[in-house]
Amino acid sequence: MEHPLQGQDQTLQQQGHSGFAADWGSDQRAFKKVSWGKAMMWILLLSDTFVFACFLVAYLNARNSTTVDWPNASEVFALHIGGANLPLILIAIMTFVLISSSGTMAMAVNCAYRKARKATAVLMLATAALGAMFVGMQAFEWSKLISEGVRPWGNPWGAEQFGASFFMITGFHGTHVTIGVIFLVLVALKVWRGDFDRDQRSWMSAGNGDYEAVEIMGLYWHFVDLVWVFIFAFFYLW
Amino acid sequence: MAHSPHAMDTEQGVHEEGQQHPIKLYFAVWILLFVLSAASYWVDYAQLQGLLRWSLILIFMTLKAGLIIAVFMHMAWERLALIYAVLLPPLAMIGLLAILIIESDYTAETRVIEFGQGAAAVE
Repeated sequence: MEHPLQGQDQTLQQQGHSGFAADWGSDQRAFKKVSWGKAMMWILLLSDTFVFACFLVAYLNARNSTTVDWPNASEVFALHIGGANLPLILIAIMTFVLISSSGTMAMAVNCAYRKARKATAVLMLATAALGAMFVGMQAFEWSKLISEGVRPWGNPWGAEQFGASFFMITGFHGTHVTIGVIFLVLVALKVWRGDFDRDQRSWMSAGNGDYEAVEIMGLYWHFVDLVWVFIFAFFYLW
Repeated sequence: MAHSPHAMDTEQGVHEEGQQHPIKLYFAVWILLFVLSAASYWVDYAQLQGLLRWSLILIFMTLKAGLIIAVFMHMAWERLALIYAVLLPPLAMIGLLAILIIESDYTAETRVIEFGQGAAAVE
């Protein structure tokens, strides 16, 4: 397939800062070599970045303004396994599960560009399974904390704002993972059926082997992992 | 970055709007992410405290975030127009962060003055 801008766009020849200025000032498409679907996903992720950043800053504000000790996450999220008390172990396992899913997603995107239909679908389903596992562990974590008396307005260990911050931040992140799992399964099924290989346009694909929807899905999924990196650092480890 | 016009044409012809990179790169980043995650868990496990703990957490976090954005999300191969559009606006959060650090210090001080150290935080 020929690039739609090929031959008519001189600004593509410019790289670096002059390319940046030319692209933005060209009074046409600003994000060259990026389809509208991908550009829109990036803009969605940018707005999501602000949502999560606001949560984390609000949490910092609450934690820094309280005169009561903040509950020790290392102990709150510890588990007794085989007689040993392992600090923060559940969160560590969740982190590894999410990173594994990011890896399988990257492989799926790679396969998609080689038009390996079945491998792409299987890797996306594996990603969805790991994502579902993550949500399951989060549900376990929530029920454990709720049974121990954590509420948005208080908890047995210290500053009352701990519960509100915890439920808001991990709740929003978990929602994002859940939506991602649903969409992964939907796109994977379309890939498996060969929808993207047919000579037929849809809202997700131009047909004839246009697998870009997989990469756009991947952007969303990696973003979910990215947010977890910050939550892990600031909420659980700090 | 100095592509000849001819090289640009071939590149576009083959790759269209997609990107393809050697699978080895993805594996390397994947393994690095595992190592960095294990390292940040170790920070907690080893009970490091104070400045050492915070700086290590931030270093590992930044490295992980950078790897995910640059390689997994392909940002390293995008044009600057998109990179700036996505990565610069979040820097505004640094301003909010600074303001709220000052504000929360003030709130904490006021609470100590009004209720004494260790008093319930929200009254």
